[in-house]
Order: sequence, then structure tokens, then C-alpha cells
Amino acid sequence: MYLLAMIFVAILSNNIVLSQFLGICPYLGTTKRIETSVGMGLAVIFVMVMSAIVTWVIDLFLLQPFSLEYLRTIVFILVIAGLVQFVEMVLKKTNPALFQALGIYLPLITTNCTILGVALLNVQSEHNIIETVVYSLATGIGFTLAMVIMAGIRERLELANMSNYLKGAAVTLVSAGILSLAFMGFKGMVTL
Amino acid sequence: MELTLSMVIVGGLGVFFAGVLAYAAKKFAVEEDPRVELVADLLPGANCGACGLAGCSSAAEKIVAGEVPVDSCIPGGKKVADSICEVLGLESVASEGRKVAEIRCLGTKDVAPDKFDYQGVRDCKAAMMYSGGFKACTYGCLGLGTCVEACPFEALSMGANGLPQVDTEKCTGCGVCAKACPRNVIHIELADKKAKYIPCNSKASGKVVRQACEVGCIGCRACVKACPNEAVTVENNLAVINREKCTDCGKCVEACKRGIIKDVGTVLVLK
Repeated sequence: MYLLAMIFVAILSNNIVLSQFLGICPYLGTTKRIETSVGMGLAVIFVMVMSAIVTWVIDLFLLQPFSLEYLRTIVFILVIAGLVQFVEMVLKKTNPALFQALGIYLPLITTNCTILGVALLNVQSEHNIIETVVYSLATGIGFTLAMVIMAGIRERLELANMSNYLKGAAVTLVSAGILSLAFMGFKGMVTL
Repeated sequence: MELTLSMVIVGGLGVFFAGVLAYAAKKFAVEEDPRVELVADLLPGANCGACGLAGCSSAAEKIVAGEVPVDSCIPGGKKVADSICEVLGLESVASEGRKVAEIRCLGTKDVAPDKFDYQGVRDCKAAMMYSGGFKACTYGCLGLGTCVEACPFEALSMGANGLPQVDTEKCTGCGVCAKACPRNVIHIELADKKAKYIPCNSKASGKVVRQACEVGCIGCRACVKACPNEAVTVENNLAVINREKCTDCGKCVEACKRGIIKDVGTVLVLK
């Protein structure tokens, strides 16, 4: 039950992009077309789960025993960057089809703040390993959801008739704000 | 003590990952055909998609693998095809002259009126959904610039007269605009030959054309009779000049009652 609540919170009521305002850069940068946003979203889910597990293990066995928690940020950055590089190489060799699909998005999200954010949130909220996996998976799904909705909106906005001063970045930011407001409706429905 | 420990742990992790990555780079190295990169460098790199493949890099892979012909790149034309042949050690292929986009419509607002006032989305494809477009002529250019948006080389622009203009220097003849145009007004044609052409796309009967447009081809066949080289044919009420046969003699221009036969490559700006 706790895990179900956690999934609901991570996807809807405390969405990583729309409520926690992490990962705004890919949210605005790669949502011009639905296809690209799906590709980006899948790559984020993949990397997020993987890096959350590895950072959780490193935190438990390397940082906590020596009470070096204050080093979390820098160590996690190092670990995530190295890990994504490594996985990219392995994928290219062993699974070219998946590499083609995730392609350019993998290196893009090496330094994505959602990935680091989730890794840090996991250890700060003292999740166990199952909760870590579930939380990062659900957060990744929430991220993809926000991306796809935004891409759908922007594809329509492309064709909309509007005044010149609103076009482009202005209307994108306005719609991002309204979308975030809409997701506020989920606030308080479930408490952890 | 704590300082040393943190240095050892962060430094150790760094060295560890460096080692793993160095090992992985060797162990998981993917061998690529060096010719793919050479061919990719020769291609224009605009990823226009005129070849029907995903982009220039995938075209390069397919060309090297021999899955598609070396002259698949339409914008690159003969020049690119020849240099690719050089890299791959093949005989160079014969290819035709340079082709560019040609707008086959003269129907500005003054001469080809609208049948209703359109206030919808500024896009030709969207406009087509409202009873087949707002123009009285159902074959002419709607002038909302879908082709201009589509052009990957910025060779098209919207003229002051409301019709798209082709910059023949920038145009590579890739045909993306021709595919984007919902009314098939744009044709890809040989650019550098001196010849005449008829900038009209209307396949409606002469009577209908007269009502809808002052500068439409009515299919009267005066040009067919005037042409000494049998270069002009009328099909579906529309005269078309065969560019191969045309000798640019100009007899059809004199014969045309509508005065719409023009020189190839002239930028069309009407009165």
C-alpha cells in the first residue's frame, strides 16, 4: 500500500517536473515533438533507475560507514557520469537496436538534474532498495508523462493563430505554468 | 583523518571509474567502416530526407553498404555522387543537370479571388480541410507558406504578392516543398536550360478557369499549334511544355491568349 501511494505521489501529486521543478531544461528543450519527448522520457527512466540503485549501494557501503554524507552530491555526480558512459559503450556493442532508440539522449542526461535529484532524494528519505527502485521508476514515468503532455500541447501551439509577441518561448512558458497548475489538483489526495 | 579519508574515497572512485571506462572502451569497441564517415562528410548534411532515408548519416551507411545507389542524394546531385564514387572506387554515374523547385501558379489575390474569407490556422494543409481551400481556383497556390516552412535550405520565401519565391541559388531540388504542398503546385524541374514554361496548375475546364482566375491556362491549344518542335502538350485542360524538346523560340509566348508563358528561372512578380 505504501508503495502504491509512493507511485501515485511520484507520478502525479509530486511530479518531478511540474511540482519539484527539476529537469526544466529537457522539459523545455526536447518537447517540440512527441516522438523526441518519448525517446527522452524512456532514456531518463532507464538511466534514473540504474543510477538510483548504484548510488544507493555506494551511499550505504561507502559513504555512511565513514560518515561522509556531506560528499553525496559530488560522489553521485561522478558515479552517474561514469555509469552513463559505461552503459553507453556496453549498449553500443551488445544491443545496437536499443542504442539507436536511446541514441543521442543518453549522453544528454548524464548531467541531468532529475537524475541527480532522484538519487539524492532516495538517500535523504532513507528508502530501502525496493523503495528506491519503485520511487525512481515512478519518478521517471512522471517525467515522461509531463514531457509527452507538454509535447502534445506544443505541437498544437505550432499551428495556433496568435499574436507575434506571444509566439515561441513566451507561450511555451505560459503553458508550462498552466500545466503545472493543473497538476496541483492532485496535491493532498494521498499523503505518504 | 577525515580529510584523508574523503580524498581517498573520492579519488579512489575517480580512478576506479577511469579504469573501468578505459577497459570498456577497448573491450566494447565497435568497429565501423571508415568509408561511412568519409561518405557522410561528402553529403550536404542538411538531413532533408529527399533520399527517403532518415538522414545524411544513415544515407552514408546505406550507400557504403550498397543498399541504395550512389546518386541517392538529390540536393548533392552529380557533384556529390562523383566524389562518393571516387571514395568507393566506382565508375562515376551519369546524372542529369541541376534541378530546382518551380512554382506553377500566378494566381495572386488580385487575379485569382477567394471564394470565402478564411480566418483559420495559417497553414495550407489546414486550409485545405475547409471545403478544399478558400481559393476559387481549386488547383492554385493558397499562399500560406507551408512550403516555406518545409524547406530545409531556406531557399523559399513568401513574396510580397502572396506567392512563394524560389531562390534558385539556394534551392537544391530536394523536393521537400513539393511533398509539403497539398495542391501539388510545386514541380522539380531542370533549372539551367533556356526554355519556356507555363506557371499554371489548373486541370479544370477552360470555362471554370476563366471564372476563377485571370491568369490560368484554359487549355485552348493555341500554344500547341504554334510550337514548331511539338514540345507542348495539353492534358486534362492544362498545357505543359516538355523541357527537353523546348528550344526557347518564343512562338508560344506570342500565341498564348492569356499571356502566361514565361521564361524558366525568371522571378515572377505580377503587375
